[in-house]
Amino acid sequence: MAAWNMLTLVGADRSGIVAQVTRTLYQLGGNLGEASMIRLGGNFTIMLMVRGDFSTEAMLEALAPVSAKLDLRVHVDAVRGELHQHQVPNFQVRVNGADRAGIVAEVTAILAALGFNILELDSNVAGEVNQPLYLMNIQGFCDAPLKALENALAPLIAQGVAVTVTPLELMIG
Amino acid sequence: MAILDILKLPDSRLKQVSQPVTQFDAALQHFIADLEATRQAGPSAVGIAAPQVACFQRMVIVDVSGRPKTPNHGYLVLINPEIVHWEGHAIGREGCLSVPDYTGNVIRATAIRLRAQDCDGQLHEFEMEGYEARAVQHEMDHLDGLLFVDRVVSRRTDLYRRKSARLD
Ligand SMILES: [Zn+2]
Repeated sequence: MAAWNMLTLVGADRSGIVAQVTRTLYQLGGNLGEASMIRLGGNFTIMLMVRGDFSTEAMLEALAPVSAKLDLRVHVDAVRGELHQHQVPNFQVRVNGADRAGIVAEVTAILAALGFNILELDSNVAGEVNQPLYLMNIQGFCDAPLKALENALAPLIAQGVAVTVTPLELMIG
Repeated sequence: MAILDILKLPDSRLKQVSQPVTQFDAALQHFIADLEATRQAGPSAVGIAAPQVACFQRMVIVDVSGRPKTPNHGYLVLINPEIVHWEGHAIGREGCLSVPDYTGNVIRATAIRLRAQDCDGQLHEFEMEGYEARAVQHEMDHLDGLLFVDRVVSRRTDLYRRKSARLD
């Protein structure tokens, strides 16, 4: 089996992007793996694992008409990695507060120091235009106990940042 | 006791609706023992439903007593189970013996009242909450041909945000 590529596409959001991109890849003989596709600030963003018996140049060439038509920026990297490598998060960290510089860096530095591995992170700026509210939701895996995470985050909480850590319990049945 | 084969997606039999149990006999006891052995042979499952081993009858096993600090009723064989009352809802992460290598977030009631028969056909009523209530709801879905993948919510669907939205 051919190795995986990570295909990145970004463009102004409109309907039909996913359909046209994936049809092009299908016609090229591509196999799709895991993907993350989401609208961010009015842009549509795609991160998509693709593999097949073709070069990255051939993939870019095949996508050129679609990306020109939909005004998408396209990027491809050969990546290591495989399917069936899922990790299950055991903690969820939620942050909300007035939008201010450095909040993400501060929270994630504290988590990284405890060996917290971020598996998913999404953040949003919501609220009113003149009073933006920053919301971040992290799911990840950490060997350290809940108390250690809470203690490490306590100074930030004392500064008025609302951070909560919740253990995630996986139920298999 | 035997370890039974577990049906896995995309096996369409998992979508089948199971029939009520009517015979509480030795064969049933025997099957329950095999079903429990199969649960224990798997990757730390706290529950299993009969249709997961291709027996399309309304029975499940749930046992969350092995988890620290988890309210529970011990080892439970629930036959013809029926939820008669639901309360609250919460997101939690689930996996399934029938869906290897995948976990996802699912919204479930946080507390339930449940009626079910035991191996001898005796009717019992249970009040359950949290993790145990989640496990029962997951297993009972199997009896109706539903899998947790049919209920997975997007990673952006955050209960916390829904709650905040409701305050507006
Ligand atoms: Zn299941």
